[in-house]
Amino acid sequence: MDNLENLAETWVYLSASPLFHLTLTLVAFQGASWLFEKGGRNPLLNPVLGAVIVVVAVLVATGTDYATYFEGAQFVHFLLGPATVSLAVPLYRQWALVRRSALAITVSLLCGSLTAILTAVGVAGLAGGGGEVLASIAPKSVTAPVAMAIAEELGGVPSLTAVLVIVTGILGAMLGPMVLTFAGVRDWSARGLAMGTASHGIGTARALQVNETAGAFAGLAMGLNALATALLLPILWGLLF
Amino acid sequence: MLGYLTLIFTCQLAGELLVGTLAMPVPGPVVGMVLLLLYLALRRSVPEGLGQAAGGLQRAMSLLFVPAGAGVMLHFHLLAEAALPLGLGLLVSTVATIAITGLLMSWLGRGARDDG
Repeated sequence: MDNLENLAETWVYLSASPLFHLTLTLVAFQGASWLFEKGGRNPLLNPVLGAVIVVVAVLVATGTDYATYFEGAQFVHFLLGPATVSLAVPLYRQWALVRRSALAITVSLLCGSLTAILTAVGVAGLAGGGGEVLASIAPKSVTAPVAMAIAEELGGVPSLTAVLVIVTGILGAMLGPMVLTFAGVRDWSARGLAMGTASHGIGTARALQVNETAGAFAGLAMGLNALATALLLPILWGLLF
Repeated sequence: MLGYLTLIFTCQLAGELLVGTLAMPVPGPVVGMVLLLLYLALRRSVPEGLGQAAGGLQRAMSLLFVPAGAGVMLHFHLLAEAALPLGLGLLVSTVATIAITGLLMSWLGRGARDDG
């Protein structure tokens, strides 16, 4: 009986500790990745999506708020910065191809960046989205810290933008390979550039799983689109509204 | 390998410093990526340990988005309220951006690849 009480007390203590939420994140992701591989990499079983569903379900079921969860999960979240820096390695290895394709990259990236902004704002507007919704969705293809800063400047809700950025990344990782194959885009540099432009780091992570050239171009596109959107979107917004 | 992890962190820190000081419109880690690329360009090769450290971080990259993704729970209400414009906007825009960027790059980049 004493032991049971000890277990209960220890559990109450641990369930609020960073260790628990860090472990929850890792276990949820491992499980979701296992399912993704078992399911023949079916896009519907995207591991980021699966892990997020499990984590949110556990947090809601246990009545834990997001701030408490993040105290543990921040150790994982923190590594996004170093992982982004490390993309210089595949980029350096593909540098000769990047240099030869400089003009193609610039034109494709700018057109892709404009497409991302205009179709998101256009479709959301036609479907009845208000000003706050449009300002929050406009920068959704760009990596989260930049997207949040732009949304704030345009009068959107930065924390909503963060969620839209993640959903965009997951959608891109799920649908991107199918869309590109359907469109007849076979070349790895073009496939990577498209994934990175439309769906930032999550698209880049997906591209890296498949091919190093695709990963290098995706990482490059992620960085360049952050720059292009940060410069273009506020000007475009002034012209549109 | 620890030395190269230190190099990666140092590049990020220098990137954050540059972004903050010069009020640049890009995130610190992206500037850090450019700094590491400059280091590799000067050195003219990728040290084995750096390749290992980078590979390890990149293999885990999908995992790193899970904590931010769980932030969806903060906005259930707003998301439900604007479900149609947000859902349609994200879906159409993501598919269109991927198709247009991929098609343009595969068409315009043909020359560069044939040379190589």
